[in-house]
Amino acid sequence: MHETIFKINEKEYILPGNRACQGCGLSLAYRYILKALRENTIVGIPPSCLCVLHGLYPTTSVIVPALNTTFAGNAASASGMVAGLRALNKTDITVLALSGDGGTYDIGIQSLSGAAERNTDFIFACYDNEAYMNTGTQRSGATPLGALTTTTPILTKQDPKKDFLKIMEAHHIPYLATVSPAYPVDLYDKFVKAKKIRGTRYIQIDTPCPPGWGYPTADTVKIGKLAVETGLFILFEIEDGRFRFTGRSKTMAERGKLVPLVNYVERQGRFKKMSIEQLGTLQASVNSRWEECLKRAEG
Amino acid sequence: MSDVRIITGNEAAALAVRLAEPGVIAAYPITPQTKLAEVLSEYVEKGELKAEYVRVESEHSSLTVCISASTVGARVFTATSSNGLLYMHEQLHWAAGSRLPVVMCCVNRGVGAPWSIFNDQQDSFSQRDTGWIQIYCRDNQEILDTVLQAYRIAEEVYLPVMVCYDGFVLSHTMMPVDIPNAGMVKQFLPPYRPHTALSPEEPVTVNPVFFPSRRENADGVLCDGYMEMRYKMQDAFERSRAIITTASDEWAKLSGRDHGGMIWEYLTEDADLLLTGMGSIATEATLAADALRAEGIRAGVVGIRSFRPFPKQELAAAFTRARAIVVFEKCISYGYEGGVCSDLKAVLYGTDIRVPIHNYIAGLGGRDVKTRELVEAARNTFETVGAGDAEHKTIWLNCHTG
Repeated sequence: MHETIFKINEKEYILPGNRACQGCGLSLAYRYILKALRENTIVGIPPSCLCVLHGLYPTTSVIVPALNTTFAGNAASASGMVAGLRALNKTDITVLALSGDGGTYDIGIQSLSGAAERNTDFIFACYDNEAYMNTGTQRSGATPLGALTTTTPILTKQDPKKDFLKIMEAHHIPYLATVSPAYPVDLYDKFVKAKKIRGTRYIQIDTPCPPGWGYPTADTVKIGKLAVETGLFILFEIEDGRFRFTGRSKTMAERGKLVPLVNYVERQGRFKKMSIEQLGTLQASVNSRWEECLKRAEG
Repeated sequence: MSDVRIITGNEAAALAVRLAEPGVIAAYPITPQTKLAEVLSEYVEKGELKAEYVRVESEHSSLTVCISASTVGARVFTATSSNGLLYMHEQLHWAAGSRLPVVMCCVNRGVGAPWSIFNDQQDSFSQRDTGWIQIYCRDNQEILDTVLQAYRIAEEVYLPVMVCYDGFVLSHTMMPVDIPNAGMVKQFLPPYRPHTALSPEEPVTVNPVFFPSRRENADGVLCDGYMEMRYKMQDAFERSRAIITTASDEWAKLSGRDHGGMIWEYLTEDADLLLTGMGSIATEATLAADALRAEGIRAGVVGIRSFRPFPKQELAAAFTRARAIVVFEKCISYGYEGGVCSDLKAVLYGTDIRVPIHNYIAGLGGRDVKTRELVEAARNTFETVGAGDAEHKTIWLNCHTG
């Protein structure tokens, strides 16, 4: 990675001193997203950690044009910006809607599905920190099986995480990718590529969250890497229907094997009440998904 | 040279939108608004209207699209009815709080549950406090003219405007409408030039979190807090009164059609009995006034055109001579009375006008209201008051309440 990191845009669009938590996976991802998309980008923001990161009126530490909207509406808001800019003949501006998992998997799914079905010319990126973190770690549709949240405080989440990538893939959009801030070059490359593609582009960001997941703030990159190395989160892209492993997942698919999931789970407080059965179920689903991806990569 | 066509209220609204040339239209079909969404689609597909038409998946999204398109600087339009308007509720506040000149038609329809596709005004009435200017139309000509005025008003005061007209009664009923030529419209309504538009040239975060107190920016300048923003909205509403009146007057000068600014009056000069209401029921009240006069009762009508801002000065002036007041309205504030009636009473409080007001709740869910029923109701009021009964009353008209 040290060879390729130098190609990354040196300009900073998000400065230190923002309101994100220490060790925030989102702020790390956002920094590289903005570097990749550069100027001529407008960001759509729902009420979420990103809204908080952007600061309290009248100050902000982020130098991008950004529009806050309501929780359910980020993809519709982006559709409106795209339509408005087209009406004004400003067609060289990239519109990025950046929502958390709540604003994507749950309350945001309707407007996102509508915008993707219309193949709206925008990037929708979901920073998935696997719970409602902005309000203090409540369960979401993206929370994994066996995780403690403040609304599953004793029994842990009993349902598996929604397979949202499949849902987005079913919209047959031109570009779909997964990224992790633990692998910033892979993240950067995918956003650079996404910026050049027309139509709806969906990018899912695995976003480790120290307070929500229960690990030391210094371990965000370590946890992000473990998510990929255990196969829980797979780095890939689907361009015009063609699946391709990328980055660390690609090298693992070629010559590695998965790190056991327990190595990931045991480092996070949210899994401290996870049962052996739940761990087994989660490991089985990771294995079967990995096999599925290996088959797709061959095909 | 006039171009008079026999068209429905929805078609009149669509023609007005075509003349206003919005850059972005987003709409989700709902009865009785549907035809409006369809006709606009046709204009766009035929190339008669050069606009981006976003065929959204819900009303929440249709208004969201308009809000954000307006934020980047485009003129926008949407329309809905009933539960569609209720589904927009969150975004109604967002549009107003964003101080955007969004124009929307609300084709008035009763709200569920239980379902009704028929007309009343509970939908827009229930959204009264969302920060939208609400103007009610009494016929199809007024719909067309008011949509054009709505853009003038919205773009001058930076408040969204809801043009309300009764479902089926107007939306699906054909009447002659004089279509203004494009040149006259351009003279009245120049292209939209927003005072700010979100763009990469000026990277700002729009509508971030505000704290209760005023805060300093990076240059040490003390900036508004949430409450100052709210005060400015209320102040804009106060200023909008004159803007609504001017828009109406200027349109009247150009087109020869004066629908009134905040209110309109019919045979009020010598009237002892004043009937009031909003929309098509007020039109019908003018027929009732004619019939009452034929009986020897000097009746007149005060039509409320702008519900928000509420025409406090105009109404206080219009009711000076009244000996009895009848309010017909197609909505109710449950647990109290009709909302127009409450507002009117508040206007009259502290004035010398202390006459009994009878509030007739009428036509909910499309219940037919015939002129003779309005006549009978108004006559009863006049006789009751004449007999010395000074009580205010709320009466459900043409409804089995036993």
